[in-house]
Amino acid sequence: MKKIETKNLKLWYGKFQALKSVNSAFTANRITAIIGPSGCGKSTLLRVFNRMNDLIEGIRTEGEVVIDNENILDSKTDLVVLRKKVGMVFQRPNPFPLSIYENIVFGEKIHVDHVSKESLDEIVERSLKDVLLWDELKDRLKEPALRLSLEQKQRLCIARLIAVKPDVLLMDEPCSTLDPQSTSRVEELMRELKNKYTIIIVTHNMQQAARVSDDTGFMLLGELIEFGQTHNIFTAPKDKRTEDYITGRYG
Amino acid sequence: MRKVKEFIIEKLILICGLASIFFVGLIFLFLLKEGLSVFNIVTPLDFLFGKSWYPISDPAQLGILPLILGSLLVTLGAAVISIPIGIGCAIYIAEIAPARIKEVLKAGIELLAAIPSVVLGFIGMITLVPFVKNCFHLPTGLTALSGSIMLAFMAMPTIVSIAEDALYSVPKTYKEGALALGATHWQTIWRVMLPAASSGLLAAIMLGIGRVIGETMAVMMITGNAAVMPNTILEPIRTLTATIAAEMGEAVVGSEHYFALFAIGIVLFIISFAINVTADLFLHRKQ
Repeated sequence: MKKIETKNLKLWYGKFQALKSVNSAFTANRITAIIGPSGCGKSTLLRVFNRMNDLIEGIRTEGEVVIDNENILDSKTDLVVLRKKVGMVFQRPNPFPLSIYENIVFGEKIHVDHVSKESLDEIVERSLKDVLLWDELKDRLKEPALRLSLEQKQRLCIARLIAVKPDVLLMDEPCSTLDPQSTSRVEELMRELKNKYTIIIVTHNMQQAARVSDDTGFMLLGELIEFGQTHNIFTAPKDKRTEDYITGRYG
Repeated sequence: MRKVKEFIIEKLILICGLASIFFVGLIFLFLLKEGLSVFNIVTPLDFLFGKSWYPISDPAQLGILPLILGSLLVTLGAAVISIPIGIGCAIYIAEIAPARIKEVLKAGIELLAAIPSVVLGFIGMITLVPFVKNCFHLPTGLTALSGSIMLAFMAMPTIVSIAEDALYSVPKTYKEGALALGATHWQTIWRVMLPAASSGLLAAIMLGIGRVIGETMAVMMITGNAAVMPNTILEPIRTLTATIAAEMGEAVVGSEHYFALFAIGIVLFIISFAINVTADLFLHRKQ
């Protein structure tokens, strides 16, 4: 099932064109990796899906991005609804300078007016269990989130996100600040989460894309060069440029 | 030769550095020496909590409680007015205003800081005092409230510029994280940015209040200068600073009145020092 589709998507930062006619389709309950050398536009593409690019001045987009049959680039799009549905995990874990508990209930508190203490407690427990942090943190919920380790922080950010029940998880190099063991544990978590969510991960780490994703898109200089099943992209790339990149000729 | 030159310059800079500390020390010592003498005449408790300030009657009554309360009342009023407006202004400048309005506002606030306090006091006397008088049907507009409003204007530039810096220094990633969860702009500001900037905001408030408590000219001109126990904010009061400024000229050097004014100086010094130290603690508190 197609969850997100881009049609002729073009994007400019001022005069610089960062995305050139990107056509792609992302399937629900699969992990799609977007790879490519830095500056190729992969993060920009990811940030189109929850309109985070809107924060940057002088940005202009053309084309369509359809999520659940709605063009989210439409000016009438309700960004609150969109971002609730399409959540994002950032490169650097960014828990708020609040307690662990408050970080997780943040989304519920901003989206629902009166929530009972019990249902908040339940959300905290369920979300932390989903990211396999519950046993570690259940006695430390009142502690500041900034005291956690990097990996715990990133997991907490994922927990904070799935607490608002999104459909899509956008991950912008979520492991780039983590050590190899933490990385593999977060990857494992991603595999578990894919049953419930559509996951799109941007990574400069090709091994990670190969390990964790079902589909892969390769981008170069703002173009989506090749898009297909990860297995095919890595073993039998159709485009010469994809082959050069995955065999390490540049990047 | 070069080494000698280097040596001399280094020592000269050292002396410049030490000079400021040296002068502060001297001032403090002088203040203590002159001020503490008053406690040969009244006990510290009677001085701080005495309700009558009649320094030239015989025997002199040297209780500064009305002055302390006067200062506190004016300061409290100024804080109530300037903190919400100042922080609100800082939020607007840091987060909401378009670039051009931001520049205009910042320039305006710097200009406000540049107005000499005597000028503000003068304008207050001509405009604000009659306004307060008519507004509340008072016998006189020279009240604590007038002083509070005037002082709020003086605290505002400090509060706005430091609070704005504090908001700017909140990491962008917090804001992105909140927006990505579907928070509105205001929810992001209220629930993430303000808590993240809280120590800087508190420092801004403390420094603003510090400015208010030490202010002399404007309060002397528009608060009525009546050294009586204040009951409401709509009565004339007198502050610690105004007392020193108004009476130092007529106090006989070496008299108990003279010593008492110095002792008031010590009290002021301690209050401002405490406020500055608190502000500093907030500024340097790390998560």
